[in-house]
Amino acid sequence: MDKLNLDSHISQQFNEELEEIRNHVMAMGGLVEQQTADAVRAVVEGDSALGRRVAEDDHKVNELELVIDEECNRILARRQPAASDLRLIFAIIKTITDLERIGDEAEKIGWLATRLAEAERPAGGYGQLENLGNRVRGQLRTALDAFVRMDPTAAVEVAREDSKVDREYEAILRQGITFMMEDPRTIRRILDVIWCARALERIGDHSKNICEYVVYLVSGKDVRHASTDEIERELRSS
Amino acid sequence: MNDLNDTTRTHAVDLTRIRPRGAQRRLEDEDIVMEVENLSLWYGEKRALHGITMKLPRHRVTAFIGPSGCGKSSLLRCLNRMNDLVDGARIEGRILLDGHDIYARDVDVPRLRQTVGMVFQKPNPFPKTIYENVAYGLRLKGIRKRRELDERVEWALRAAALWEEVRDRLQEPAGSLSGGQQQRLVIARAIAIEPQVLLLDEPASALDPISTLKIEELIYNLKADYSIVIVTHNMQQAARVSDYTAFMYMGDLVEYGDTDTIFTRPSQRRTEDYITGRYG
Repeated sequence: MDKLNLDSHISQQFNEELEEIRNHVMAMGGLVEQQTADAVRAVVEGDSALGRRVAEDDHKVNELELVIDEECNRILARRQPAASDLRLIFAIIKTITDLERIGDEAEKIGWLATRLAEAERPAGGYGQLENLGNRVRGQLRTALDAFVRMDPTAAVEVAREDSKVDREYEAILRQGITFMMEDPRTIRRILDVIWCARALERIGDHSKNICEYVVYLVSGKDVRHASTDEIERELRSS
Repeated sequence: MNDLNDTTRTHAVDLTRIRPRGAQRRLEDEDIVMEVENLSLWYGEKRALHGITMKLPRHRVTAFIGPSGCGKSSLLRCLNRMNDLVDGARIEGRILLDGHDIYARDVDVPRLRQTVGMVFQKPNPFPKTIYENVAYGLRLKGIRKRRELDERVEWALRAAALWEEVRDRLQEPAGSLSGGQQQRLVIARAIAIEPQVLLLDEPASALDPISTLKIEELIYNLKADYSIVIVTHNMQQAARVSDYTAFMYMGDLVEYGDTDTIFTRPSQRRTEDYITGRYG
């Protein structure tokens, strides 16, 4: 199944429990991916109803966090996992916290979309936000793929992508400031756009965190708070 | 890197098969195979059990845990009247198997012990061949035809996850098997006569860790067909194999409930202290 041999315990039940919990993390990941995509679409298309639905669906993400937490709890109490099993449970507990936060960011964007749908639309639409959204969704998807495939190399990819995200976020911010200075009546709307951009940028950060947990899971190395180059060095040396 | 630019693909979301939170097993929902009612046990003057009342669910694994001398093995032995063999042992209260008192005067005790089988801490195969160990109980039950015996022996050895290891050496002495294999042979012997309830008294405590895990996996698979009660010193083992756990202390049943709850948020201080290694 994978390089950690998660399915080769003598206890078939333990194999099934680990398989199940990983599937649940992926279901949660898929859900926040969908939420993020819908939230961005709601902004771009000015779809107030979609924005509201995203915001109201956040409870599903929260519920999954609680379910998976409980499963991790149960496995820790009943199986006393060690080594790669322990790292897996640890990585899952951390991952779902980040996924839940991504859900919160999507919820935020959802509410902002309902407000932006009421406001006057800028002539150029929200192309920049859309681009940023696509980039961040790419990061999230790569992080989730890395989790499924237990592929630590994605951490470098996503970290590199993060600097591009930061640059796009900066650009949106700069342009927003310019618009606000030119026409103070747009301040309310531009602030909402900036909040959206900020939320997307945070989603990218959370995706990066998830990749770092995957590195820990696979190699046992803790690369949190390390620079991209340091992560790359760590991966090469393992 | 091409993944990063794919804006259409998302991971699949299937939330339908996820077990809701807090959905642990509940004794109230279980089919009950044995019931212990206000059971007290004395060995001479010494009182070993104090008015135990509990229900044992069918097709589940129930573990008795507690420090040495807490009464868990004594309680287990009451379940198939093994304590009858102890001089000066005397009980009060009742134990029901499918509603019938196993201590009633008309009970045929050897037959009871066929229905409620037992496996002990040290593997105790008979000094016979592997085949004869399993066939012995079947012959006592009146099965004489060679073909039927062969079939039942194979079935029991398969059920005990031992068949693949012994199929080519059935006529060798049971003593030639490893400890873990001997214990699985004893379990095969116990299930060959198709008991309803299987009592396991520290079945893995004399075994190495890998054999222990094999026995635990066997227990997990056997519960589809049998109701299992296991006494263990090893709390982690109880956590791994059981559906329900009873914590006993000084002859009292302190706490009894589904294993998830007992091992994540027990309600009694004494249970908490014991399972967290604070005394015991």
